[in-house]
Amino acid sequence: MKPHPKSSFRLHEFLAEKSIAAIAFVSFIFIILILIFIFRESLPLVLGKAIDDIGKVGLWRLLSLSWQPVSNSPQYGLAPLIVGSIKVTAVAVLFAFPVAIFAALYTSTFAPRFAKEIMKPAIEILAGIPSVVIGFFALTILASFFQKSLGLQYRLNAFTGGMALSLAVIPIIYTVAEDALNALPKSMREASFALGATKWETALFVLLPAATPGIFAAFLLGLGRAFGETMIVLMATGNAALLSGSLFDPVRTMSATIGAEMAEVVFGDAHYNVLFFIGVCLFVFSFTLNAVAEFIVRQRMMKRFRGTA
Amino acid sequence: MKNKTLRLCMAGLLVAASFMFIAAGGKKTITVKGSDTMVILAQRWAEEYMAKHPDIVIQVTGGGSGVGLSALINGTTDIADASRPMKKSEMEKLKLRFNSLGSEIKSAKDGVTLYLNESNPINELSIDQIKAIYLGEITNWKDVGGEDAKIILYGRENSSGTYVYFRDNVLDGKDYSSLMQSLPGTAAVVNAVSKDKLSIGYGGAAYAKGVKMLKVKKDAGSPAYEPTTETIKNNTYPITRYLYMYTRAKPTGEMKDYIDWILGDEGQAIVAKVGYFPVK
Repeated sequence: MKPHPKSSFRLHEFLAEKSIAAIAFVSFIFIILILIFIFRESLPLVLGKAIDDIGKVGLWRLLSLSWQPVSNSPQYGLAPLIVGSIKVTAVAVLFAFPVAIFAALYTSTFAPRFAKEIMKPAIEILAGIPSVVIGFFALTILASFFQKSLGLQYRLNAFTGGMALSLAVIPIIYTVAEDALNALPKSMREASFALGATKWETALFVLLPAATPGIFAAFLLGLGRAFGETMIVLMATGNAALLSGSLFDPVRTMSATIGAEMAEVVFGDAHYNVLFFIGVCLFVFSFTLNAVAEFIVRQRMMKRFRGTA
Repeated sequence: MKNKTLRLCMAGLLVAASFMFIAAGGKKTITVKGSDTMVILAQRWAEEYMAKHPDIVIQVTGGGSGVGLSALINGTTDIADASRPMKKSEMEKLKLRFNSLGSEIKSAKDGVTLYLNESNPINELSIDQIKAIYLGEITNWKDVGGEDAKIILYGRENSSGTYVYFRDNVLDGKDYSSLMQSLPGTAAVVNAVSKDKLSIGYGGAAYAKGVKMLKVKKDAGSPAYEPTTETIKNNTYPITRYLYMYTRAKPTGEMKDYIDWILGDEGQAIVAKVGYFPVK
């Protein structure tokens, strides 16, 4: 909108506009500074300049198969941590995704008005529960429950952690998927009914496919949340850096490792650099996820599924 | 979302800074940071001392011995609590930044206690057996006289002084089995052991509530001792250690008064009350 040609200069409008711009700019600068900081602190590792008790620490040391950073011969193998993160994330998303999608389908298609008005805010409130509360719940109640009902050897394991994590992931996938389903044009639903399709057929074969881009974005956002979540996994997964394939063994994830160890390291230590390098990995991962969600979903899938960009 | 959090943080920092400014106005503040093993002790000391000296504020935080010593090196705490002696590398860093080797105060004694679930039939083990269990060489309770079931290992995070002390003194400096689940804080270890029938954990004696304390033998032939005031005072309990306090330089003024009080009768009486053991 162009200002009216006759309108005179107004000081308060000018000030308000500039101060809002300044605040927006400052928060942008903060993000950039944080990024630079994380990358800078991991730099000695990449350049092979970090030093610990047994010699130089470069990227090759991250290829070791065990994570024993506080040791007389420190080992900084990332493999157990990466496997741990993947296992927990997989459990969380594989459980949360169907639950959230069906919940979204229910509230957007089948639910009578009153049920919808109760369920939607209830699921969204789940997103507001502090993760430390979910973690504590998992540590004390979920862990004992799963150990008894499934006869598990370890109380705290990837499965328990993943299930707890899914409590944090469900509301995210649900909210985004619900919005995607609600954003579909009403005519689509009406056309399907007019052709004689039942509610079920409409939901599964018309609405769900049409909302695929939004649902895919919901999936990616849930994945990012699960991968980066720290407190829940720190409390509920047992934090043993094991390289194993079983979902019922304890695991140590990348984010939990940073959470547990960052406060302890001496600034500038090799261990400190390695922790920041893990931070860089997590950042690159979530950045890629967001970029994929943004570009591919918008550009490609929207076109294919709806014929519009 | 992120921007919001960031700005909230900034606002929080500002508020905190202004509070500190106000607090610093009338009173002297001593900050104490470090060992989680010592947190319950340090807090009791601080409370009693502040009740007697209203002009002094003592702030106590935990986090682990490594956290406290890092904070000392980074200049963000006055006193670091540690359940292990300061490492050479840490001393070098301190010297580099403050041109001082620091000052060490032995403030209490502790027996590193092994916790078992109350339903576990085992009552005593030798140091060698404990070592083999934590190195992952013995993985079944039947190998040490228990039932035929896998041993579940619990331990502390690697920021803990107990983690390092136990590794250096019980495991001879070798690394823990990667099967060990590390939990944040001794209370979490005790809680896990009290719920997990087949588990074993370690930590300070003061925390052993709702779990069984394992009697420890120096070697297979010697008698087994439980950590008590008696056995720790005369060093018959084999895993006895000091709990340290570190300052950057020789303590003076308010800090010296505080430390002298801790080492005196009143301070040491609190040590016994909390569940640890007096130095003398």
